[in-house]
Amino acid sequence: MECVRPSDQQLIDFVIREARLLDQQQLDAWLDLFTEDGHYWMPVEWGQTDPRLTTSLMYEDKFLLRLRIDRLKSNRTFSQSPRSRCHHVLQVPQIDARNDAERTYVTWTPLHYVESRGDLQTLYAAWATHHLAVVADQIRIRLKRVDLVNCDAALGSIQLFV
Amino acid sequence: MIGKYRGNRQAISALVRETEVHRDLYVDRELFELEMEHLFANTWIYVGHDSQVPKSGDYYATTIGAQPAIMVRDATGKVRVFYNRCPHKGTRLTGESCGNTGQFLRCPYHAWTFRLDGSLAAVPLRAEYDAARFADSRGAQGLTPVRHVHVYRGFVFAKMSDAGPGFEAFFGEALTSIDNMVDRSPEGRLEVAGGVLRYMHDCNWKILVENQTDACHPMIVHQSSAGIAADAWKAPPPGAKKPMAVEIYAPFVSSYEFFQGMGLRVWDNGHGHTGVAHSIHSDYSAVPGYFDQMKAAYGEERARAILGENRHNTIYFPNLMMKGPIQLLRLFKPLSANRTLVESWTFRLVGAPDLLLERTVMYNRLVNAPTSVVGHDDLEVYERAQDGLLADGNEWVNLQRLYDPGEADGRTMVTGGTSESQMRNQFRAWEKFMTLSL
Repeated sequence: MECVRPSDQQLIDFVIREARLLDQQQLDAWLDLFTEDGHYWMPVEWGQTDPRLTTSLMYEDKFLLRLRIDRLKSNRTFSQSPRSRCHHVLQVPQIDARNDAERTYVTWTPLHYVESRGDLQTLYAAWATHHLAVVADQIRIRLKRVDLVNCDAALGSIQLFV
Repeated sequence: MIGKYRGNRQAISALVRETEVHRDLYVDRELFELEMEHLFANTWIYVGHDSQVPKSGDYYATTIGAQPAIMVRDATGKVRVFYNRCPHKGTRLTGESCGNTGQFLRCPYHAWTFRLDGSLAAVPLRAEYDAARFADSRGAQGLTPVRHVHVYRGFVFAKMSDAGPGFEAFFGEALTSIDNMVDRSPEGRLEVAGGVLRYMHDCNWKILVENQTDACHPMIVHQSSAGIAADAWKAPPPGAKKPMAVEIYAPFVSSYEFFQGMGLRVWDNGHGHTGVAHSIHSDYSAVPGYFDQMKAAYGEERARAILGENRHNTIYFPNLMMKGPIQLLRLFKPLSANRTLVESWTFRLVGAPDLLLERTVMYNRLVNAPTSVVGHDDLEVYERAQDGLLADGNEWVNLQRLYDPGEADGRTMVTGGTSESQMRNQFRAWEKFMTLSL
């Protein structure tokens, strides 16, 4: 998606395509959507502001995200036998911030996420905040923040990406 | 009620043999109830840390075994532990898991009000109780305290029954692991910090406790996660500094020889720890400025001795595990025979650089979160054990690795890190404290 200054619709399409790559488990292509210094953050506290001195469910750079993706491919990954599947339902993303001079953008997307494995299926509700940047004329994710509505509940395993 | 085990001490004792245990310990609902009534009453159970209730009126609500409990800092600064129920109708007094209740705890149902020492301060329409001799009732006695509470260097433990040993006699030398964690602060003080991770496990709580000193699973179970991290760093980009995440993950897939050489120390009453000589926490990068702070606080020799201990996992029997070098503890809260809530708490070394807390918090996230790639594979094998133990064809769990026929005499013992002697130690203590009050 080449763009010097992305339109709102291009930003929306990007976020929707990102979820589709996750649902179709095209995880290498998904990881390419992140900038080299990009992070995926899933806070554990409601309204959490600090990922460094407060723990999180996930706060991962590209190295750790790559590790997760490679792990999902391994045949020694016992918790993925049988494999998990996932399904996102997004509300239309809203553009919360637009800085055309810096070419940085923030979108906000309420979503429902289902993860299934074997006979079990679990529903999560969340808000995804995408901090996007245009790098080499491509929209890229600098930070994807996922706030689960029940982030501080006692949860079972979440094995794929919300 | 007559069941298979209730009131039958002999049947319970027969479940624990020298090198194997019966699967009913993990799957039987009656045994679970008996564990809550006896094992969790006769032993010292971790409640919380006093830094969670720093000021008068601060409270923290939790469970001790199956019992709802509340830890409160009273007006004199003393930490008290009560059963968390109103003496009127049983209503749990707190909604939030922590907060400040001011000078009184007030029940939200009928406004019975209690001082922070648990005594009853007020009951609405007090005169209407006169004919019933209210002063003689349980209600008039206020909140029921948990019978025995001991605060050791900030760690709050409680014992619900009068049976069983006193605090020092119960833990003995095992307290040295708490000492080492606290001593790692230049001020000799810890604070709960960094948030708590709560991970639901569909397995018996003992499977989790056993796994803490199981040094023969990491290289198998965590090959898919830690192994990939270690492999990824085998060809690091030139000049790159090893990421903290690789320092944390890679040692999980060390060899059997590494874990054997790390050693295991076993104490009486079910306590013990892995990592006598070294551990997976031994080779973390130095944190700038920290050693100088420790040297200034303790002198060089003592500072080196404190930081030279790299105990891996210390079991405080029955359901607490502590990691001194990482300032982390995990509490395995039993919910039912096949359900356990794992809480992983972290601590700030008061006075030490923030980078230590950053590493602690990262460790917790990478290893203990419901989203952890290490945790996922652990939980998978636990749950498969919980399922497989239902098989009637073989009712025994094998615990024979590095068995020493003289090991049951209650002495402190140091042995190879791959030994299952700490698990055997736990089950001897299980039998002892299950049957102590029968």
